[in-house]
Amino acid sequence: MKVRDIVDILDGSIVFGEDYLDRDVYRACGSDMMSDVLAFVKEQAVLLTGLVNPQVVRTAEMMDMKCIVFVRGKSPDIGMIDLAQEREIVLIKTDLEMFTSCGLLYAHGLRGGSGK
Amino acid sequence: MEVIQLHYDVNANDFTCAGEASGKLKRELKRLGFEPDVVRRTAIAVYEAEINMVIHADGGAIDASISPECITVVLKDRGPGIPDVSLAMREGYSTAPENVRNLGFGAGMGLPNIKKYSDKVDIDTVIGEGTTITLRINTAPAEN
Repeated sequence: MKVRDIVDILDGSIVFGEDYLDRDVYRACGSDMMSDVLAFVKEQAVLLTGLVNPQVVRTAEMMDMKCIVFVRGKSPDIGMIDLAQEREIVLIKTDLEMFTSCGLLYAHGLRGGSGK
Repeated sequence: MEVIQLHYDVNANDFTCAGEASGKLKRELKRLGFEPDVVRRTAIAVYEAEINMVIHADGGAIDASISPECITVVLKDRGPGIPDVSLAMREGYSTAPENVRNLGFGAGMGLPNIKKYSDKVDIDTVIGEGTTITLRINTAPAEN
């Protein structure tokens, strides 16, 4: 799946990263707890979250993630957008809820990590 | 490659900037050409420890020593110390306040994650004086 497919599937909009939409992504994780995200490294490239603060972008940075999807209509602030720009991480937002977003992406072939 | 020494200061109670030092260290390791797995493990362990410094202590200092064989990072704070280290190491145990949990941390995974991604961790803590965490990440697989 390409990052641009995520935008289509979730009927989302791009907050930052128009230039990086052709990146390939295979795995994702969804969580509002960043420590839980950090606990399971399995090449996940996409982070889905309803949490909005700079640590979301930093967590994605540490994990080498390529794209963050903000669910439930949440919008990142300018500080987060600047941080994502420096780290070249795509930011997408969608009005869909976490469960629905994850389900739709899974149905289209995106997979989770394999746990511990 | 000679041993490279890097130093970073971590500000107290500045949650916006927490992770700045870990990010800088990560980019430096990447630039030096270490394997992505080594870079990521170091970045995550140091990031968790840096977050802990901001949450529990009044900031502190991070000193990294980088050689071709291993990366050693010493994180030193002047916080309250950890009363029961084995309890703090338990997954899910947390003393973080509610405002920290609202930011996505304080799930009781900080120290367990540090241990998980490091090859060796030493915790030296004195109540009322502070905590020093020394973590080591081996950069090459052990030879048989």
